[in-house]
Amino acid sequence: LFFAFVNEEKFSENGWMVYNPMSEYRRQGLPNERWRVTFINEHYGLCDTYPSLLVVPYNATDDDLKKVAAFRSRNRIPVLSWIHPETQAVIMRCSQPLVGMSGKRNKDDERYLDIIREANGQISKLTIYDARPSVNAVANKATGGGYEGEDAYPNAELFFLDIHNIHVMRESLKKLKDIVYPNVEESHWLSSLESTHWLEHIKLVLTGAIQVADKVSSGRSSVLVHCSDGWDRTAQLTSLAMLMLDSYYRTIEGFEVLVQKEWISFGHKFASRIGHGDKNHADADRSPIFLQFIDCVWQMSKQFPTAFEFNEQFLITILDHLYSCRFGTFLYNSEFLREKEKVSEKTLSLWSLINSEKSKYTNPFYSKELNRALYPVASMRHLELWVNYYIRWNPRIRQQQPNPVEQRYMELLALRDDYIRRLEELQITNNSKISNSSASSTSPSQMVSQVQTHF
Amino acid sequence: EIHIKEPIEKEVNPRLLPGELLLCEASTVYKYMQEDGSNRGTYGKLVCTNFKISFLDDDSASDDNEPQFKNKIVGENDITLQCVDQIYGVYDEKKKLLTGQLRKYPEKLIIYCKDLRVFNFCLRYTKEEEVKRIVSGIVHHSQTPKLLKRLFLFSYASAAPNNTDGRNQTVMFETLEDWRDELERTKGNVKYKTVTTNEGYRVSEKLPLYFVVPICISEESILKYEGRGIPIWCWSCHNGAALLKMSAFPKEQDDSTSQMQKAFLDGIYKTISKPPYELLKMDDLSSSLPSLQDIQTAYTRFKQLFLIDNSTDFWATDVKWFSLLESTNWLEIIRRVLKKAIEVAECLEIQHTNVLLIEESATDLCCVISSLVQVMMDSYSRTKSGFQSLIQKEWVIGGHGFLDRCNHLHKSEKEEAPVFLLLLNCIWQLVQQYPPAFEFTETYLTVLSDSLYVPIFSTFFFNSQHQRDTNKSGESLKTQSGPFRFLTVWDWSVQFDPKAQAFLNNPLYAEKPKPDKSQRKTARFKHQRQLSLPLTQAKPSPKRGFFREETDHLIKNILGKRIGKFINSSDEPPNSLREFYDSWHSKPVDYHGLLLPRIDGPEIKVWAQRYLRWIPEAQLHGGGTIATAAKILDLMEEVQSLQVKMDEEHSQAVSGDVHSVPMLRNSARLSSLFPFALLQRQSVKPALPTSTWKDLEDEDDLVKRDDEFVDLSGDML
Repeated sequence: LFFAFVNEEKFSENGWMVYNPMSEYRRQGLPNERWRVTFINEHYGLCDTYPSLLVVPYNATDDDLKKVAAFRSRNRIPVLSWIHPETQAVIMRCSQPLVGMSGKRNKDDERYLDIIREANGQISKLTIYDARPSVNAVANKATGGGYEGEDAYPNAELFFLDIHNIHVMRESLKKLKDIVYPNVEESHWLSSLESTHWLEHIKLVLTGAIQVADKVSSGRSSVLVHCSDGWDRTAQLTSLAMLMLDSYYRTIEGFEVLVQKEWISFGHKFASRIGHGDKNHADADRSPIFLQFIDCVWQMSKQFPTAFEFNEQFLITILDHLYSCRFGTFLYNSEFLREKEKVSEKTLSLWSLINSEKSKYTNPFYSKELNRALYPVASMRHLELWVNYYIRWNPRIRQQQPNPVEQRYMELLALRDDYIRRLEELQITNNSKISNSSASSTSPSQMVSQVQTHF
Repeated sequence: EIHIKEPIEKEVNPRLLPGELLLCEASTVYKYMQEDGSNRGTYGKLVCTNFKISFLDDDSASDDNEPQFKNKIVGENDITLQCVDQIYGVYDEKKKLLTGQLRKYPEKLIIYCKDLRVFNFCLRYTKEEEVKRIVSGIVHHSQTPKLLKRLFLFSYASAAPNNTDGRNQTVMFETLEDWRDELERTKGNVKYKTVTTNEGYRVSEKLPLYFVVPICISEESILKYEGRGIPIWCWSCHNGAALLKMSAFPKEQDDSTSQMQKAFLDGIYKTISKPPYELLKMDDLSSSLPSLQDIQTAYTRFKQLFLIDNSTDFWATDVKWFSLLESTNWLEIIRRVLKKAIEVAECLEIQHTNVLLIEESATDLCCVISSLVQVMMDSYSRTKSGFQSLIQKEWVIGGHGFLDRCNHLHKSEKEEAPVFLLLLNCIWQLVQQYPPAFEFTETYLTVLSDSLYVPIFSTFFFNSQHQRDTNKSGESLKTQSGPFRFLTVWDWSVQFDPKAQAFLNNPLYAEKPKPDKSQRKTARFKHQRQLSLPLTQAKPSPKRGFFREETDHLIKNILGKRIGKFINSSDEPPNSLREFYDSWHSKPVDYHGLLLPRIDGPEIKVWAQRYLRWIPEAQLHGGGTIATAAKILDLMEEVQSLQVKMDEEHSQAVSGDVHSVPMLRNSARLSSLFPFALLQRQSVKPALPTSTWKDLEDEDDLVKRDDEFVDLSGDML
């Protein structure tokens, strides 16, 4: 069916080994006395769009989880995405509660959220971020959804993040394409760009993620994130917040884990959003949600050029293979389906390609920093259109490759290493000179002139 | 009345420069920190001198926090009188512009600066008498018309011991030799000559003492109309084609006068458009580029976007940021100017034609275009000394009216136009597009733009060489023994110590490989990359109608055959420009060769360092371009120390003469506003928009839709 199934490329690395949920949770220090791993979804019986392995509060039984599932859209119950190593505050993700027009309540759900709130030992309220504009959240009641009301959840504070739905995002990207293809708008570039709203959407997504991250970090409060189904905007928010809070996700391997975990395993509907291999695919299901997430990551890497181990090429490669079907990584809508189709046995992982030639995707300016929250500035003054991605086919916009700043840095690195090597050699010869005082050393003039051309 | 309550106030005295006089002061002034809109700040004294307005912090004891990049003349809390843009008073929460006489005195004072700083002072705790004196003093000394001789420049020059070292490589273009050397350097001396006709300013007070014209131009014709209608040489391209400028005749009512002028021009054009001179193309910049008024209006709107009062203001303007930017038209003007420079470069480089820039005085847009063309085509102009020499040649000696254009004397707002800033903004676009091509950094451009308002240098405080020369002689017989000796801005040691000066040098600059001495003469100014476009290379049959807006009234009257070719053909599309631009961009860049700016929409950017540097909300902790620059500098430092070690190992080796590298400690957490950031405090709180955009009227139907069209009520068990 897909090329990925007949692709016979060979790579030195096996990308399917990159993500192991158990070891990722262990890296986060889980399970612990407050959080446990549950296998209730081992055969996807609880929720067919969730991964098999879930982390839930220690004090909630599997039976509790089943009851909660009944009150959450598509059974996507609140589960743990990330735990703060110091504050023990957590980022939870889920789908909307099934409140409906009549304003239904569910005692199990209410108790479950309270258990979550108590789990980090703080007395603060649980913060719920509903990614949607409040109008849409209210409107969702008509079809059985809704949001956590104040009466039912007195210990929770709810904020709407005003991020629009998949249809708005699709329309926005379409408008963006219109202004850069086939020709780039010349005279009214800025207002044309503004009229696409693409960067405004990016700004809202980033702003939401900053709020989530800041709440968990300096607010020391656990956070629950959802939208309608919890696989589009929710994935954007949790993964970006995690990227801001946990420097591991800013490495090549860590980012691969982040994508595997928050997007692929938690059922972002790649097949539907991209429309892989479906001629009669309903256009209404397509949406550039994952692209938007990668764009947000690019904006962050642009603002903090030393904070990410990966470079722009890494992000572009991910996006290229999001559509290419060369790898199995982004095929199908859920882990359940991927297992059914034996994707990891029959196809190659994108991470095999990338990890086999890591140097190509490595940012030379990367400086490792641990435990540092990285907050981008979600201001239009700093956000810019990702020209190297959206307008890369236009020869007149093409950026200089390789990047001259990067090239210069690489040259300096090589020069330093060369110096260190020669210095060692020199010390050896000098040491031998002391024992053999008549020996003369080679002239350093060649070296000196080489340096001077650089400075 | 004078009774001191409590001597809590330490005596803090302003640091005065030679010739600087304290005019008035006020105590217990509260200066707000420009941050989160909270009322945090410090008490201190506000003073006004004949040079600056200065806030003296009461507890300025924390001197160990000395910034790495410090201006020795203008401190963090100093505003030179020329740097004051606007002053507002706040009365009962209402802002009012303060200009002349004041009847009521405000409780708060907001000073907007031309370098885009914003100061907020609260005067509520200050004695009424002092408020009156300081407010009227500040308004008077910074906002009312002044005599030239009352500029601080003169007090400073007469009081300061002048011992700047002469080791400045900048060519000042004050002597005949400087012009001759420049002619020789560009190999223009075959067809062009330096003239001394203007000695004693016989020709014109607007023209420099010495300048260069085509050899065939006679002294009589130069003298005839005070130098108007004379093509003046700017620069010669490696292929011999020259860039010329000409001051046009003003529109004449009198028919016979204009007939005579026409005849004169025809004569001139005939002489300079026959061999050995190349074909001539003319461009009347006053009709093909935006007017000075347009430029002034655009910049006034543009800068306002960066003079931000508080956080709320910042986020409120963020919502419609791009359309706000566009409505100022400033970036569009930059784009048009860059495009014009590309057009001229194409004529010179590909078509081998001379280009004559025409403007009423030939000292505004002519300076912008000719400077830009030289920066793009002559890699010498991309070195620090080369760039400085260029500014001397085209602007300072060339006769750009800095005094009037900057309105330093508050004489007439009509004359004000940020023409030089426009050039710096255009150069910045090139600097950020091609970082290895320039010996200087964007920080250099930023401090150069700030220096426009520092009246201790003569560079930007006269309208012409004549004006400077005549005012140099000192006030007749008064105390002055010799003429004033002014400082030049190019002596950067006046403003910055060596450590800070290191920030002006670009660590990415790929120095031009030095050719052997024997080959030097011939190889030196040849471009490494020649563009070969077969169509245009073969015969000088130029693509016509190149200058789109060829509407010059002069051109219509020209009869000369070689020029005539261009006149009748302005209807053809500018294909050759497109071809030139695309062909250049399809090849790898030679940083020492021709450099063309990219001018498509997304490529023209806001000069963030200059315009955002004082805005805390725009600060990225540990981010921005400084983050990578710091890594490069750290590495350079390491390489240098290794080099020193090597030298030590070869104890006899001569220690290399290396540039000092700025020391950046803890570079990973530098603010993106570095080296200008006032607050490098590590803030834990992320900046969050306080007003966000929600309006999507045009897509209402989409907004209301749900992600998935599934009725969830059916899902329920």
